[in-house]
Amino acid sequence: MSDHSSSYVPSNGFTRWLDERLPIIRLMYDSFIVFPTPRNLNYLWTFGGILTFCLVAQIITGIVIAMHFVPHGDHAFASVEHLMRDVNWGDLIRYTHAVGASMFFAAAYIHLFRGLYYGSYKSPREIIWIFGVVILLLMIITAFMGYSLVWGQMSFWAVTVITNLFTAIPIVGEGITQWIWGGYSVGDPTLNRLFSLHYLFPFIIAALVGLHIWALHVVGSNNPTGVEVKSKTDTIPFFPFYVIKDGFMVVVFMLLFSWFVFYAPNYLGHSDNFIEANPLQTPPHIVPEWYFLPFYAILRAIPDKLFGVIAMVAAIVVLFVIPWLDTSKIKSVSKRPLFMPFFWLFVITCFALGYLGAKAPEGYFLIASQLFTAYYFIFFIIIMPVIGLIETPKELPDSITEAVEGQSGKEGASS
Amino acid sequence: MNSILKTITKLTALFSAAVVSGIIFTSSALAAGGTGPEIKRQEWSFGGFNGQYDKAQLQRGFGVYKEVCASCHGMKLLSYRNLIQKGGPEFSKEQALAIAKEATVIDGVDADGEPKERPGKLSDRFQGPFKNENEARSANNGAYPPDFSVLAKARTIHRHVPWYTEPYYWGYDMVTAYEEKGSDYIYALLTGYGTAPKGVVMGDGMNYNKYFPGHQIAMAAPLSEDAVEYADGTPTTMEQHAKDVTAFMAWASEPHLNARKNLGKRVQIYLLIFAFLLFLAKKSVWARLKH
Amino acid sequence: MSSDHNDEGRRDFLMVAAGSFAAVGAAGALWPLVDQMNPDASAKALASIEVDLSPIKEGQAVTVMWRGKPVFIRKRTAEEIKQAVSADTTDMRDPQVDGDRAKKPEWLVLIGICTHLGCIPRGQSTGDVHGDFGGWFCPCHGSHYDTSGRIRKGPAPTNLEVPPYAFISDTKIKIG
Repeated sequence: MSDHSSSYVPSNGFTRWLDERLPIIRLMYDSFIVFPTPRNLNYLWTFGGILTFCLVAQIITGIVIAMHFVPHGDHAFASVEHLMRDVNWGDLIRYTHAVGASMFFAAAYIHLFRGLYYGSYKSPREIIWIFGVVILLLMIITAFMGYSLVWGQMSFWAVTVITNLFTAIPIVGEGITQWIWGGYSVGDPTLNRLFSLHYLFPFIIAALVGLHIWALHVVGSNNPTGVEVKSKTDTIPFFPFYVIKDGFMVVVFMLLFSWFVFYAPNYLGHSDNFIEANPLQTPPHIVPEWYFLPFYAILRAIPDKLFGVIAMVAAIVVLFVIPWLDTSKIKSVSKRPLFMPFFWLFVITCFALGYLGAKAPEGYFLIASQLFTAYYFIFFIIIMPVIGLIETPKELPDSITEAVEGQSGKEGASS
Repeated sequence: MNSILKTITKLTALFSAAVVSGIIFTSSALAAGGTGPEIKRQEWSFGGFNGQYDKAQLQRGFGVYKEVCASCHGMKLLSYRNLIQKGGPEFSKEQALAIAKEATVIDGVDADGEPKERPGKLSDRFQGPFKNENEARSANNGAYPPDFSVLAKARTIHRHVPWYTEPYYWGYDMVTAYEEKGSDYIYALLTGYGTAPKGVVMGDGMNYNKYFPGHQIAMAAPLSEDAVEYADGTPTTMEQHAKDVTAFMAWASEPHLNARKNLGKRVQIYLLIFAFLLFLAKKSVWARLKH
Repeated sequence: MSSDHNDEGRRDFLMVAAGSFAAVGAAGALWPLVDQMNPDASAKALASIEVDLSPIKEGQAVTVMWRGKPVFIRKRTAEEIKQAVSADTTDMRDPQVDGDRAKKPEWLVLIGICTHLGCIPRGQSTGDVHGDFGGWFCPCHGSHYDTSGRIRKGPAPTNLEVPPYAFISDTKIKIG
């Protein structure tokens, strides 16, 4: 809960002096040391910290790579190879950045699904959710631009396909697409501006993360019961409890991250991107990186070009309005037995669409894509509003303290 | 209202099950992977999380490249000095210099504006057999012999397995760190030449290959038994040549593999210990909540 | 209570252990990010060059690029050597005997950058100005260098720098 009294006391002359002029230490103290956090958060709540780690890692490795990368069609591919071969530690820095993008999305999707399952998007947390969706959208654009910089076959043709989608816009589509390209097709001007914007966007994301956390701190974290904080016994200070828990999970995350970086760095990528871009030869199967596959499946499920684009965009736009689509006052899906199967079917749908995004859109694969795309939208537009109005939820605990300690007052520290 | 919804849920579940089973039982049409026989996963000394290049194999492989492949395939992103560096074929400086000197490099222009030539130095990039793509194509029936620099990473294989087992193989490949799909493809290609089966009409100048997509490849079988001499006594079978040159190509694409995997082991052990320490610390800190 | 005390002790040890692990890891992760800015393998490969001296005739000078800088190599005439060796070092701003600057008297290897403010002195071609001391003359601010590359007149503070070099044969030197 937003409590405007701060308990920070500067410990020495310098910190007192600073506090009177720019209370930044006070801000850090209030936000990340004593901040009252529900005591029953589970490990799914550690992904915010993991995502912050990912963003910092991507920015640092990205800035370093930018010291060696040449954003011109004649040199881009070779400059990446120069980084891999000649620059000290260049191979590891490049692989960390490439694998890091995948890790970033994996963590983001888990973080998002946590929000969906526990109703973290519901009042009073709508703004946090909306900022989150904006961050996801910017991540998608940033990752897309970054992948294109390698200027391999997949880079070049992915940019060609996706920028060509803008021609679907009636009347102004062609003009917009040429404006994006800086020419009559994807070429050097395109590459150069993709580099400039790819460098810029992560800092916009960082600013939005700041706003995301600010909005969170105004209302306080959600928790697995969905029952809001009612008293001091419901919460514990963020430090040391959640700092150490987040720290632990960041290191566990690094174990998975480093497995890929050191042993299978190209596993999540596509071999075609090691072929230099050739504007005169299209690869047989243009496939985006795995984290875009669900959206790609939705795009290709609709045979019409314009409606395919609209469906793909709608798949993200619909996320913005979830706080108003879901009519249930109960936050956690664990307390909503009627809704639960539909939620898990939605999770299956997302995985299925991801799988189908890598398949050619024909035969049974196309039919399956269409069915799952239909369910994707039905889940948000029909099921979310309707179920909330007709369901009988399970009984909620009176408070977080009661949920943790049990009604008989039995001891049970949560972890 | 609840009961109507329950019915709808049940029908949806039944329908999905029907569709899914239908797909499973017609799986032959949906077997993952392309046409052509399955490409086997080979054993490579550099495969898996413990893998390292075999220096002797890389030297033999370079010999094959030089004698057989270099007449058509360039390797423009590598330099002659790479032949000396650790984790590679580790030729001596003299050997690498001798190899460099055989190449002619254009370095600047003379006073009349004509290109100046000199013998190669260690710092030079590998000089390819052709000046540019057009020359390469005109010498090879219109086909372009791809550059070897990253070719082993630019190729892959697809398993022929039922679609519903694919997630298992994703996990399996991740856990076994299967990064050598490109090498498996190249080895299969090199050993996959043969006579075209009855009824298959070969294009002009094309060669039948079991594993090449479309089965018609412009390159004639490059390797044969005893094609290249081996100084270390390894049998000079065609398969051995193919294995060695593929390993060399893998190194060319990924020269720092040895150091990367070695460091990876240390990083993973460090992170495991660190995670364990943090877990204990977390438990210790949270124990304070017990009253 | 003693168990609390034990817990406190264990907690402290864990914090110190975890903290030091974190510090080591942070340093280990930080080093590559710093080291990547150091000269890379392709730059280091060009860190030394070999120069064949046989095409250079007596009285002739050539300029080669080494680590991005011009290097003057001159095959001195007997007259130039005599001037260099016999010059009186007592009045020089940067006293150095010629023997300390040339490994073999007929070969002079210098970095061709004026030690004043970095211009490239003239004197490599036969038609060039050589300054008042027969060596090199910097047109920017009028520094005169003699046939040993020593500063004799003008604002430059030190002699033209001699790069590290060695004879790898009678007609070949390796610079750097």
